[in-house]
Amino acid sequence: MSTAEARLEVLTRINRAKEGAQTPERPPYPRAAAQTREEVLHTFQDRIEDYRAGFVRVAPPGLLEAVRTALGGARRVVVPGGLDAVWLPDGLDVRRDEPFLTHAELDGADAVVTGCAVAVATTGTIILDHGPGQGRRVLTLVPDLHVCIIRADQIVPDVLDGVQAVAAAVRAGRPLTWISGGSATSDIELVRVEGVHGPRRLQVIVVDGPAWRGRG
Amino acid sequence: MSGLHPSRPFPEAAREAVGNPQLRANLRKVTNTIREKRLRAVEELPHWEELRQLGAATKDASLANLSDRLLELEASVVARGGRVHWARDAAEARELVAQIAQAHQVTELIKVKSITSDEIELNAALDAHGIHAIETDLAELIVQLSHDTPSHILVPAIHRNRAEIQALFNRELGDPQHLSDEPAVLAGAARRYLRQKFLTTKMAVSGANFAVAETGTVCVVESEGNGRMCVTLPEVLVSIMGIEKVLQTWEDISVFMEVLPRSSTAERMNPYTSFWSGVTPGDGPQEFHLILLDNGRTDVLADEVGRQTLRCIRCSACLNVCPVYERAGGHAYGSVYPGPIGAILTPQLLNMTDKNANTLPGASSLCGACYDACPVRINIPQVLIYLRGEANDQKGVTLESLAMQGMRYAMSEGWRFEGAVKLARLGQGPLVRNGQITALPGLLGGWTQSRDLSAFPPQSFREWWRTRNAEPGAGSEGGQP
Ligand code: SF4
Repeated sequence: MSTAEARLEVLTRINRAKEGAQTPERPPYPRAAAQTREEVLHTFQDRIEDYRAGFVRVAPPGLLEAVRTALGGARRVVVPGGLDAVWLPDGLDVRRDEPFLTHAELDGADAVVTGCAVAVATTGTIILDHGPGQGRRVLTLVPDLHVCIIRADQIVPDVLDGVQAVAAAVRAGRPLTWISGGSATSDIELVRVEGVHGPRRLQVIVVDGPAWRGRG
Repeated sequence: MSGLHPSRPFPEAAREAVGNPQLRANLRKVTNTIREKRLRAVEELPHWEELRQLGAATKDASLANLSDRLLELEASVVARGGRVHWARDAAEARELVAQIAQAHQVTELIKVKSITSDEIELNAALDAHGIHAIETDLAELIVQLSHDTPSHILVPAIHRNRAEIQALFNRELGDPQHLSDEPAVLAGAARRYLRQKFLTTKMAVSGANFAVAETGTVCVVESEGNGRMCVTLPEVLVSIMGIEKVLQTWEDISVFMEVLPRSSTAERMNPYTSFWSGVTPGDGPQEFHLILLDNGRTDVLADEVGRQTLRCIRCSACLNVCPVYERAGGHAYGSVYPGPIGAILTPQLLNMTDKNANTLPGASSLCGACYDACPVRINIPQVLIYLRGEANDQKGVTLESLAMQGMRYAMSEGWRFEGAVKLARLGQGPLVRNGQITALPGLLGGWTQSRDLSAFPPQSFREWWRTRNAEPGAGSEGGQP
């Protein structure tokens, strides 16, 4: 078997099949009416709560307490490189993913705390481009609880806004993870079960104002 | 059932399935639940119709320049450290996966649910090489452990109830404690069993929902997190994609992420979507292979009417609104592609040469609900009628094929399908007995051989579905033989 031969044949078949075909005009992208910042933030909150994930919106001085509350009983916490340690409450066993933690070490963690690249209000979607403060993909995958800290100005109205916001990261070759609520399945008699393989719980903290910054 | 080839003609398989009350009750519950939820999710977007048109045009634009797109995709994936392989047919694709596994001396690998891998009958082929493929989607795991086949694109185990799954897991997952029949308990058992596999298995196989030519980005859309596990944790990742899945630019992803989840699970967005381009140093698999699969797709592309079938994004919305699927269930279609999309895709992928598959375009009441539901506006009824003609051409000239030619002529003159249905509604008078059509000459004869058919409704389809769901026993429900 030669994949080069297959390649040539498939390409030839396509060109024969599409001889003389016209490229159709594409209609413009339909956009929803413009919303105020507060409307966008309210929509986002509504969607996150609809996914039954935790949601809290705080002013910068309240962040530390919000993280503590969101972590609940979780003690062993992993954080990505680039996440400011200042925002982690005392009394936790914090492991930074620098150098990289092993799969087993991650499996032993109770929670992970990260930032995000952008969040989409209409769908309640958090987009990670795995830049500083967001960690490798595995970090937000193995621990059972994900606490995600989002700056209010990172929340955009629509899916297309989110796609455009991470376009540069994608063009630079970075992977993305889109998260909309916690892991879920409806495979057994359509009964929704939260948490199969990913983090079973998601806690979203939205911080108003410019105070929160991921390092780097 | 396995792969594409149905082992029997549809009317025969359907006759058996409609006689299974448990199956029909499960199917009715599932299709009704998703159908109602989907309407709500769609109504929330005021510009839904515009999104459908954009989705259709975006796929068409990519298909119109498919060889350029695929070459661009290949170059982008290679530039990001991935490898690209081409497969003319199922056998070549299977062989590629087996070779990669053997090169890494792998005897066990993990899989993300992928209909494309079912289409090429990958698991059985790997078994023959001594390689065990473990399905990690909960429903696929249920199907695999019970040596069964999927019956729905989205919820492959909808034909199983919790008691059956409880018995299966108690037997197969070797759990020390007895599992109750609570879905949460059963899902928990699967989580424990699979986590060990995710953390230790060296190689994974996935499908791909979309791939972006410009950036070499491959995408897997899912709910459970098993997809993220498979594309992140192993050292080696192989993704198999039909050549029709390629899009041009990164921004093209947006419209599909708007319409796919709402059409499919009726959610605003599915819980998890992973995007990756080649390999990322220090993050995820460090070896990535992308297999581009033809397996009949270029034949579909060559057909001007049938070509629109390649827009399909496998959302399963057409299954859930289909009155024939609701009664016959996925297995009756005998192929990995069930329901209305299966009725047009399967025979075309087999180039209209498979006698059993050629009965599938008859598996429809032509009510048009699938076209209404399809997020990429595939005119399934039009293709069904056209393919019935093609299938009849294979059989030589018959009365039915002459009628078919007339129908195709009407379609080619630019008649909208709705017009054709109106005509049918006007012309059906003498055939209707108590609201049912029990025998139809020509066009629908194949289907009424095994089923009574509801008369075409006097209202529009959407109205019909609403009233039908509102009044128990109304509509075609009364037509059980
Ligand atoms: S044909 Fe349309 S509705 Fe059916 S699965 Fe494909 S995209 Fe969805």
